[in-house]
Amino acid sequence: MSGDGVREAVARAHRAEWARIVAALTRRFGDLDVAEEAAAEAFAAAVERWPADGVPPAPGGWLATTATRRAIDRIRREGKRDGKQREARMLHDDTPHEHVGAIDDDRLRLIFTCCHPALAPESRVALTLRMVGGLTVAEIARAFLVQESAMGRRITRAKAKIKAARIPYRVPAAEDLPARVSGVLAVLYLVFNEGYLPTGPAAGPVRRDLTAEAIRLTRLVRGLLPADGEAAGLLALMLLTEARRPARVSANGELVPLGEQDRGSWDAALVAEGHRLVRERLAAGEAPGRYQILAAINAVHTSARDVRDTDWSQVVALYDQLVRLDPSPVVALNRAVAVAETDGPHVALAAVDRLADSLAGYHAFHATRADLLRRLGRGGAAREAYDRAVELAGNTAETAYLTRRRDAAG
Amino acid sequence: MQYLVSVIDDRTASATEEEMTAIHGFNDRLRAEGNWVFAGGLAAPDTATVIDNRGEQPLLTDGPFLETKEFLAGFWVIEAPDLDAALALAAEGSKHCNRRVEVRPFL
Repeated sequence: MSGDGVREAVARAHRAEWARIVAALTRRFGDLDVAEEAAAEAFAAAVERWPADGVPPAPGGWLATTATRRAIDRIRREGKRDGKQREARMLHDDTPHEHVGAIDDDRLRLIFTCCHPALAPESRVALTLRMVGGLTVAEIARAFLVQESAMGRRITRAKAKIKAARIPYRVPAAEDLPARVSGVLAVLYLVFNEGYLPTGPAAGPVRRDLTAEAIRLTRLVRGLLPADGEAAGLLALMLLTEARRPARVSANGELVPLGEQDRGSWDAALVAEGHRLVRERLAAGEAPGRYQILAAINAVHTSARDVRDTDWSQVVALYDQLVRLDPSPVVALNRAVAVAETDGPHVALAAVDRLADSLAGYHAFHATRADLLRRLGRGGAAREAYDRAVELAGNTAETAYLTRRRDAAG
Repeated sequence: MQYLVSVIDDRTASATEEEMTAIHGFNDRLRAEGNWVFAGGLAAPDTATVIDNRGEQPLLTDGPFLETKEFLAGFWVIEAPDLDAALALAAEGSKHCNRRVEVRPFL
């Protein structure tokens, strides 16, 4: 096999097997550090050995066996250590080691442990990307624009807390499951959004690596929790958002708003998959959660071949449903954008102005106001609002777009 | 596994009669269900004395070693199998004593 072929085989095995190997080792040895290091060593061994020995017929099995051997070696080396102290460092896992159906996947335990609410949100994100996603500390640090050493400390500290405070390695009890799943989904959505609208001047307009990783991990969670409507909803939302990525930034690096995008360049396969998931959730007949409603809104947008074909009253109706679940000012702001299309910019502006107290520091509030003022022919006021939006916007493509609009506002 | 559940407050002995009844009821349940190790309320930080006997003779200093607006007003030491169980008990404790609490594992 060619060098490229072997590299591709290692990369494929990494995507498919990393989380499974780390999760199984953590389960067996009760130690995230041992699991992480042994898994990393097994992949390093594959990079070294496969070019000469050939890719084994069952790469996953080869990696799991190699990683297990490395873990045992390391534990033997550390065996001189006081047994009690070792035991105290073990992750707590009080469930019987027997198969109890599809939900008893070690990877789910790993995900729930990494997304535990007792960890800081930024630690949950970092730990999930490292332990479940298999990204290196350097890659995660780059993605979030922090020093590698700082990211390393964040992950080390989180692992130490899991051990010391005995954060359990298990799938939460049925009564806690919905709240804990929503915590997991929030972490994945955060990763996706940081990829879709990165902040900071050093970041590009879109971080494809992060959106792809978020989608991959959400697919995994969706596969592990097939009955969870919100996992399906979040996956659909990500797919329908990602589908528009090719049209979202112009050749000169400027954000292209939804209404001006070249809809022919949207990814038709992602749109189709997203629509399929939304239809599946509608057919389930359960009351939808926030991700399912957001996915449905995106499905309405991506169903319109031309922006003029958009069913805006359906969008407003979905936002009404979302407001009942989440009466936050940000949801009200997004609803107002749709109201501008059904009831005109005048009505929408009145709704937006009511949010001034709570959203004065949010760039999208000023950008939305600016656009409505522009449409009402109030150029001076629009310009001021664009000024404020430019000041607050963190994404390079968005800043470029808002600046051009401001200059055109006269 | 034992956890320290610290009660955070800016006043001492400030629990109302209603809160005290709720705390006693919660304590009885901790005992009945095997989670009880120890609990107590503390007098105000300005009643504290710091002792440093690392030198020739003990050096006494009046007052707490840390001056803060909020302080440790009381605590539970509970026995729990893992952090999820400890957090569930601490959440109840917070409700009953009507204060914020901090959960910290023993080594």
